[in-house]
Amino acid sequence: MEVFLVSLLNGLVYGMLLFMLASGLTLILSMMGVLNFAHASAYMLGAYFAFTLSQHIGFWPALVIAPLLCGLLGAAIEMYGLRRVHRNGHIAELLFTFGLALIIEKVVQMTWGLLPVPYRVPAGLDFPLFSIYGTHFPAYRAFMLLISLLMFGAIWLGLTRTRIGLVIQAALTHPDMVGALGHNVPRVFTIVFAAGTALAGLAGVIGGNYQVTEPAMAFTMGPIVFVVVVFGGLGSLTGCFIASLLMGLIQTFAVVLDYSPADLLKQFGVTVTSATPFHEVLTVPLPRIGALLPFLLLVLILVFKPRGLMGTRDT
Amino acid sequence: MSAETTSTPIATVRAPGLLRRHWPWLAAIAIALLLPWLFFDWTKGRHSGFVLTMLSEIGLMSVFALSFNMLMGQTGLLSFGHAILFGLGGYCTAHALNAVKAGTLWLPVELVPLVGGLGGLVFGAAFGYVVTKQRATAFAMITMGLGELVAACALMFMGFFGGEGGIPTDRMVGTSLVGVDYSSSWQVYCLIVAWVAIATVLMRLQTQTPLGRMANAQRDNFERTQFVGYDPRMIRFYQFTLSGFFAGIGGALYVLVYEIVTFDTVAAAKSATALLATYIGGAGSFLGPFLGTVVVVLLQSGVSLISNAWLLYVGGLFIVMVMFAPGGIMGIVARHEPIARIGRLGELVVPYARILPPGLLSVLGFVTLVELAQLTTIGAAQNKSLAIGGQAIDPHSALPWATGAVMLIGGGLWLRREARVFRVRWDALIEEAKARGLPV
Repeated sequence: MEVFLVSLLNGLVYGMLLFMLASGLTLILSMMGVLNFAHASAYMLGAYFAFTLSQHIGFWPALVIAPLLCGLLGAAIEMYGLRRVHRNGHIAELLFTFGLALIIEKVVQMTWGLLPVPYRVPAGLDFPLFSIYGTHFPAYRAFMLLISLLMFGAIWLGLTRTRIGLVIQAALTHPDMVGALGHNVPRVFTIVFAAGTALAGLAGVIGGNYQVTEPAMAFTMGPIVFVVVVFGGLGSLTGCFIASLLMGLIQTFAVVLDYSPADLLKQFGVTVTSATPFHEVLTVPLPRIGALLPFLLLVLILVFKPRGLMGTRDT
Repeated sequence: MSAETTSTPIATVRAPGLLRRHWPWLAAIAIALLLPWLFFDWTKGRHSGFVLTMLSEIGLMSVFALSFNMLMGQTGLLSFGHAILFGLGGYCTAHALNAVKAGTLWLPVELVPLVGGLGGLVFGAAFGYVVTKQRATAFAMITMGLGELVAACALMFMGFFGGEGGIPTDRMVGTSLVGVDYSSSWQVYCLIVAWVAIATVLMRLQTQTPLGRMANAQRDNFERTQFVGYDPRMIRFYQFTLSGFFAGIGGALYVLVYEIVTFDTVAAAKSATALLATYIGGAGSFLGPFLGTVVVVLLQSGVSLISNAWLLYVGGLFIVMVMFAPGGIMGIVARHEPIARIGRLGELVVPYARILPPGLLSVLGFVTLVELAQLTTIGAAQNKSLAIGGQAIDPHSALPWATGAVMLIGGGLWLRREARVFRVRWDALIEEAKARGLPV
């Protein structure tokens, strides 16, 4: 039971972190049709910016400034890069962001080195908040949960209650019609791209010290965020939210449940020995498959339900 | 006149015709075989190992990139996991070689790449059945997922993949058709050249088959392809499977050169290399990927000797290509064709000469900044230092940084001015070609 509760909380924290990344990506993908490979790079840059800033001016200003820097970078990329590439089609845009992700990774390696940087949880939040059955729950994770919930609320209010939010919602499904009604759709694109990048940066600021801040973090996080976006379905923030939490819980629980298919077969009276065909596949414990599960889900959902959980159109 | 030609025996006409039409291919093979002799060490009487390995790498990677272009250029399918077919072909080959060594299987070394090809074909069919249900962006995503899946499996299952250590093997199994033991890298290189030539010719011929043509049709307008009565999905499936066959051959050649296959042959970075090479060379033409591979491998082998930043340069080149020349190097060459046809190519020499210095200056500035940046971090960890003309350069002082920045920004501004002049000249010539009724 205590394993279940602790994993549930950890899964929620990780799922909300995923949602911060995925919400921006899903808006960009649904509106502009751009599969932004550099999105996870913004997450990495957020973490590194916050690391450098917190060394000079402390964590709290960095929490605000680092995402803003990422947002500015996103706006610049959209205005001077993506727009130019746009006329060559979606594949060219995708390749552009792919090249950008490569370059950002290299630049990060050159600026901060190949090894992980010591980006730590701020001292003010470095204490156990409460304990469940003897397991401490760090206050920082509660803070992460709080930030991501606040951000979720802000996105939701922004999209449903403000004028620009309504325009964005309309542009999600009918970009041409929105343009015909006299709205500046390219500017809306820039705003969404910048906001999405800033959100990814924010996720990096609070996720960088929760996980490890290293040059490979973008390429490990990126594919998982894609999985979340595809799983949730295009054009649906709700689907994205559900998929993020699901993915967070699946990955967290896979780590703690130490079972393998062989254990399942044992319930039916079949014992797996080294002589059984495929015994290596059957005896792999669940924690080791954990990293693999998101991609298995991605392949399965694209094959059987290309629209994802709550998507309104094909990917 | 016409009577005379038709009365000539066909065989004598055709043979020189073949030679005349296909001489670039023969010349390419001749160059590939002659090139290592330029670097032959006559005092020691042996070939340069570095050059042979690099040329072999170019050969096997270009087979891989060409097979990638069967999907990207010809069928319009962007795959982010093509390396799984390359790597799995390699793993099949390594296991086959080990079986030959153990005596459980008899197979001449010359035919071993076929095993890799068949492995790639089988896995290509299995994966292709799943992934070709989608196209465009969804196809890119699903291949990425599959790529990550296989890469994760490669580290998980020891029996087939050998974990992080990979599967070591030995090409000197003593079953050669021509009595060569493949102990020297020159012998292996000749085998590689032969197989690269075979695979390239087969892929070239494949573009002219009905399947190859329908793949192009499917890429350009898949709804209309359906309307004509073809199933685009089956076209994608056959094309994917065949491309798996050639990727597998590439993987097999990799095993023959390095005598080991590790999990990074299936990893995403390998797929990315094929993508970069294909795009830089030009996906629109058949030989583009080949050209791109030469550029990428030269940068990889040459620059990585002196700098850690080769991938940054390749990535930068890639971005520039995506933004300014979506047709790649071959596309740039092809755009000169109408101007060459009206015989005015000479007028571009001066404009080109004028954009060259600012272009070089900004590239130099970029390289300076990149190298300075990497010297402070990665280079410092490796105890590397930079010296120009015996003068050591301190990456922590401001002067080198300022020089680099001035070169980059100044060169960039100058380049912009010259590019405008170039553009005017270029547009005038293109208009001229248009006026003469040439397709532009």
